[in-house]
Amino acid sequence: MGSITLQQVNKKFGEVNVIPSIDLQVEEGEFVVFVGPSGCGKSTLLRLIAGLEDVTSGAVLIDGKDATRLPPAKRQLSMVFQSYALYPHMSVRANIAFPLKMAGMPKAEIDAKVADAAETLNLTDYLDRKPRQLSGGQRQRVAIGRAIVRQPSAFLFDEPLSNLDAALRVNMRLEISELHQQLKATMIYVTHDQVEAMTMADKIVVLNKGQVEQVGSPLDLYRSPANLFVAGFIGSPRMNFIRGAAAAAFGVETIGVRPEHMTILSEGGTWQGTVGVTEHLGSDTFLHVHTEDMGTLTVRAGGYVGFKPGDRVGITPDADRIHKFDGQGKAVK
Amino acid sequence: MSTYHSRAAGRLMVAPSVVLLFLWMIVPLGLTIYFSFLHYNLLMPGTETWTGFLNYSYFLTDPAFFTAIVNTLLIVVGVLIITIVGGILLALLLDQPMFGQGILRILVISPFFVMPTVAALVWKNMFMNPVSGLLAFLQKSMGFQPHDWLASTPLLAIIIIVAWQWLPFATLILLTALQSLDEEQREAAEMDGAGPVYRFIYIVMPHLGRAVTVVILIQTIFLLSVFAEILVTTNGGPGTDSTNLAYLVYAQALLQYDVGGASAGGIVAVILANIVAIFLMRMIGKTLEA
Repeated sequence: MGSITLQQVNKKFGEVNVIPSIDLQVEEGEFVVFVGPSGCGKSTLLRLIAGLEDVTSGAVLIDGKDATRLPPAKRQLSMVFQSYALYPHMSVRANIAFPLKMAGMPKAEIDAKVADAAETLNLTDYLDRKPRQLSGGQRQRVAIGRAIVRQPSAFLFDEPLSNLDAALRVNMRLEISELHQQLKATMIYVTHDQVEAMTMADKIVVLNKGQVEQVGSPLDLYRSPANLFVAGFIGSPRMNFIRGAAAAAFGVETIGVRPEHMTILSEGGTWQGTVGVTEHLGSDTFLHVHTEDMGTLTVRAGGYVGFKPGDRVGITPDADRIHKFDGQGKAVK
Repeated sequence: MSTYHSRAAGRLMVAPSVVLLFLWMIVPLGLTIYFSFLHYNLLMPGTETWTGFLNYSYFLTDPAFFTAIVNTLLIVVGVLIITIVGGILLALLLDQPMFGQGILRILVISPFFVMPTVAALVWKNMFMNPVSGLLAFLQKSMGFQPHDWLASTPLLAIIIIVAWQWLPFATLILLTALQSLDEEQREAAEMDGAGPVYRFIYIVMPHLGRAVTVVILIQTIFLLSVFAEILVTTNGGPGTDSTNLAYLVYAQALLQYDVGGASAGGIVAVILANIVAIFLMRMIGKTLEA
């Protein structure tokens, strides 16, 4: 239950080729995150899987069976929308019960399942309220409740946390991860936030302009990004890209070093520069160092460091963790 | 507008308009009430005498009065049903993506711009005329006896004409309401396994509730006083078959020159309209609250 396969899926809106061709395998019970900048086709891809859009060509297989032409309701998938899409005139109870009611389930059974779902999501006290009487996080949970009662073979999340404030987002992130461990169901999650992707995913699919750039576990992507795009997208603050002489020293077009893989020294070091803006986060300090021939480099220093803007500093990259990229932006081993 | 002085200045500024509007409303009402207690016939000017409630008892016991009330309500209810059901169907249709959508929408609204007298005349002479009307032609071409709409079913004919005029209004309001329905809600319902019919019942209809209320309230106000359509088609006849309250008051005042009786009728109409309004607000006004 719950494996999804995409075979050469292609989607065009009129003349615009949104998704040229994607092959992808989502294993049963996996938490897969589609991540990419806005407009990269990740939501479209999710909607193709959900059946809310028709694929132009190619096939969508759910549990090994061809579902390409199946209507959304027949695909055994549940979706949580960005706007939650709760039914405003129905109580929380009726919202959660709606899919079961549509499936023609007997009343007693519906009540039991709704009570169950409400229990799981701490919604029991709110069952008789209307969605507009709930906070953002509660609405989110109702939307999830509506998705879990049907016991679908997979859950689809379309940027579900983007309407929440930062603190709540961290909370809900945890709750969704816990829900995944509890239900052991396949989940596909779309986000533009690489932090969400890194923290939640078993497998990340990085998309750019409708193409899959790389598929892998969060740490795979972090340690060995396949190209410049993935290297720049995964990790925060983003990786420093250095071209020119410094890169030529490694025999490639571009080298990339993450801020956390550089050491900052008061003198010496491989590269020299002047400290610009420093950002103190308490646990870390990010220094923006201006160099003569490599532009500005972001360097992470643990804890508090005493460098002030205008100080001359040296930077030494961690030699094992320099990423090399060729002229096409592909990683070189 | 929050300090004492600004509030006082504000009251002073709006006072002239308030006084004007108040007089505008209260003077005619007061005069009508005053006339309704007089024996006041335009054929015998200068002979007005106080008659108490005689005008009222005369108007209320007029056999035409009861017919007029029933007809008034039939017109309101009939037109409301046609325009709301038809309006929802048309709105659903116009909401579909199709070629020439913009032009089509303008065409749909156009009956609303035709003045009632003209619309009624067009219907009377070009559609419902038993000899030369289009409907009669259609019936004849299928071998039926042509139906004389205005003579044998005058009230139905008027309901059809008025409904034709108000259908665009209902369609327009309902269409905008339909377009404000969150696309994701519709999709969520689709994912939840609701087919088109269930989506309509559980998602679309509740969403349209407020718009339907607005349509009912606004149309009721205007439909209680349908007049031009009756005047140019049936003149309230045959007999009193298509006389509504507004037409009855008109007949009393300007056909029988009985200003006193007509004023009494007018007051009765005002009271009735208020009863309907209270009834409506109780029944459906709740949907308007957020």
